[in-house]
Amino acid sequence: MSGFRGAVITFPGSNCDRDMADALEKVSGGEVLRLWHGDAELPDRLDLIALPGGFSYGDYLRSGAMAARSPIMQAVVAAAGRGVPVLGVCNGFQVLTEAGLLPGALMRNAGIRFVCREVALTVDNTQSLFTAGYEAGQRISIPVAHHDGNYFADDATLDRLEGEGRVAFRYAEPVNGSARDIAGVLNEAGNVLGMMPHPERMIEKAQGGTDGRALFESALRGLVGV
Amino acid sequence: MKVRVHVSLKNGVLDPQGRAIQHSLEGLGFSGVKDVRAGRLIELDVDDSVSDEALDDMCRKLLANMVIENYRVERVAA
Repeated sequence: MSGFRGAVITFPGSNCDRDMADALEKVSGGEVLRLWHGDAELPDRLDLIALPGGFSYGDYLRSGAMAARSPIMQAVVAAAGRGVPVLGVCNGFQVLTEAGLLPGALMRNAGIRFVCREVALTVDNTQSLFTAGYEAGQRISIPVAHHDGNYFADDATLDRLEGEGRVAFRYAEPVNGSARDIAGVLNEAGNVLGMMPHPERMIEKAQGGTDGRALFESALRGLVGV
Repeated sequence: MKVRVHVSLKNGVLDPQGRAIQHSLEGLGFSGVKDVRAGRLIELDVDDSVSDEALDDMCRKLLANMVIENYRVERVAA
């Protein structure tokens, strides 16, 4: 699918931006633009915007808090509102919640420690743009690497997320104390996904597994409508 | 003028850091500590003309995350 045109945004302190761009390039065969947080505008005709993992602004104040207020995020919020798919992984998920594109917040891991290992997930929603390539209840293995991945939202919000099928992934084992084991959530329109695990680190055998590849393939397939 | 913004976790939001501090205090032999909540103190030095509304706005837009935190603004006499 060579017509694909995506973008990965780099904030000061992002460190998974290159992995994300690499995954998008390899799976799409298309063009992936690298954008800087200080840009006030996005290039036009973007098929997907990815917010990568890392430690933007050194996690000052709260993880993702400063990045969420950077100039380019206003443009990302506007693009998401127009329906452009947005994927936030790890720190990208934290940025999406801080920017108000996704509900809830990501707090310090319940066990206090940084967690860096492969974890088992179950795919909760297989109808979304990002998860259509998985089977319902499918168990997959994806690495996590975070200190603040403990998803919190009030009970009414959690009930609504579950009722609307907006929980994309759940942890299938104890990881960080997340409410209802939530590992990834979708926005109401389904075009914004935030998740703590790193699918871009699982797209080819050399990385130790390919369970993340279906996420990118799903999104790309959805975008061209095949 | 000095302004202190006290940011704390809302009631009902679990505080893993507070819990760890409590355990450490117990480990040091301090007894009777029933609960610990860790918050954040942010000191601002602002012009006297900065209004309460503007300070409130700063808290809501950046200094506190309204999903999990409360804040209290305190103007400190110079």
